[in-house]
Amino acid sequence: MREIAIVGYQQSDCVSDAGAQNEVELIIPVVGRVFEQVGITNAQDVDFVCSGSCDYLQGAAFAFVLGVDALGAVPPIKESHVEMDAAWALYESILKIRMGHADSALVYGFGKSSPGELPIVLSQQLDPYYLATQWVDTVSLAAMQARLMLDKGLITERDMAEVVSRSRRNALNNPRAQLKGDISADDVLAEETYLSPLRKGDICPVSDGASAMIICTVEQAKAWGKPYAVISGIDHRIETHNMGMRDLTDSVSTRAAAERAGMGNGKVDVAELYAPFSHQEIILTRALGLGDDTSVNPSGGVLAGNLMMASGLSRIGEVFDRIVAGEAQRGIAHATSGPCLQHNLVTVLEAA
Amino acid sequence: MSEENEMVTGIEAPIYLKYNFTAGAAAARFLAQVKKGVVTGQRCPKCKQVYIPPRGACAACGVPTKEEVVLADKATVQSFTIVSIPIPGNPIEPPFVVANLVPDGANISFIHLMSECDNADVHIGQRVQAVWKPQEEWDYAMDNIKYFKPLDEPDVPVEKIGKLPVTGLEG
Repeated sequence: MREIAIVGYQQSDCVSDAGAQNEVELIIPVVGRVFEQVGITNAQDVDFVCSGSCDYLQGAAFAFVLGVDALGAVPPIKESHVEMDAAWALYESILKIRMGHADSALVYGFGKSSPGELPIVLSQQLDPYYLATQWVDTVSLAAMQARLMLDKGLITERDMAEVVSRSRRNALNNPRAQLKGDISADDVLAEETYLSPLRKGDICPVSDGASAMIICTVEQAKAWGKPYAVISGIDHRIETHNMGMRDLTDSVSTRAAAERAGMGNGKVDVAELYAPFSHQEIILTRALGLGDDTSVNPSGGVLAGNLMMASGLSRIGEVFDRIVAGEAQRGIAHATSGPCLQHNLVTVLEAA
Repeated sequence: MSEENEMVTGIEAPIYLKYNFTAGAAAARFLAQVKKGVVTGQRCPKCKQVYIPPRGACAACGVPTKEEVVLADKATVQSFTIVSIPIPGNPIEPPFVVANLVPDGANISFIHLMSECDNADVHIGQRVQAVWKPQEEWDYAMDNIKYFKPLDEPDVPVEKIGKLPVTGLEG
């Protein structure tokens, strides 16, 4: 099988409101920086392009097509799109390269969530007959999940607050984070609950922005002469949309994806987990069996800033950054989609 | 068919989602000029094409189009169709002409209406000019221009459509 490398990754700042900027204006600077990082000009210099976004965020049909304006698509390019987080666009691009249909690919994700009410918008991804018609928002569903864990004695509110505190402190070293600060678990617990048992700190913020990545065969990475990390495994698994049939206190799909991606074949120095709620970071850490020798969410994770449709790709990018900086030899990145960690993707990255 | 086997062939599931939509920085600049009765495009720094209405990027080169260019409100018909059905909510009566127009100074066409003409005489290469609403009605909207009407100017040869300077065919 062809070995695949990441050679470039860039992300915009996570901001609560990108103001008058439209999606193209959000994408262009990020895509431009990732081209520069690899030393190429535009999408003409890669074999394939795949993006991840969701038209529901901006409330306009085929809004993702406008994103192509950022690429330089004359003469025509090979381009695809997933109505998902761009981590799944990466998955499609990896398949394209493994099949021998491309040697390199640009992957990008973007989301401008601020124009709508994101938790309500996301209620429309639920089963259309029984749940979407009730407008159950994502935060309420996560709150029920957290309540289940608290009542079973699997976590305490302090455990959750410690996740938030660590996220805010780690984010102090992340210039692109939206929420950061030297706050303790006690500070978090002093907050009022917002949607019980969740406090606002337990919930990821709504962020606008984009991220972009360039991947290629190891041969192409050597030809470009840029530092790279190798993607040694990737897999994704989905659970039923019927939440009553799931064990919401565990993430069996994450565990299965990690096994298939080969996470257990070596030490995990760093893990970036897409946990939009504090208790979900605990679920994921346990499902993956991560111990004290793994640095979890050194970027602050998505509690410090959540770019819908780009945060999953950014998790992979954060691990890539740490490997090429020599801070880690091997790491895993997790991406999620759907309510209460329904769909999970795990990527294993290793130093070249 | 018994009651318990009655087929459910549909359910009502209305969706109401509210958005504070923004047009984007480039479109906002364009609309602010239209409000003043000025038509502007944006020039690509690489291929030099002038886009109207601008979206902030050259779709061919993938670079931001920051340079603003004031265009004429005279244009050339690049293509057109005669529409025989009404536009819901629009007072214009069919049959009317929808045309792809390239304003002088731009390289890309935009779509607008044509009127004050015999529909049968509309043709590619025809010269037209904007008919504006009264100034007090101008807003951040393309319909500040009610429609385009024919000009008494020679036709533009097909190969020159989209290549005229802002001063028009004579310039």
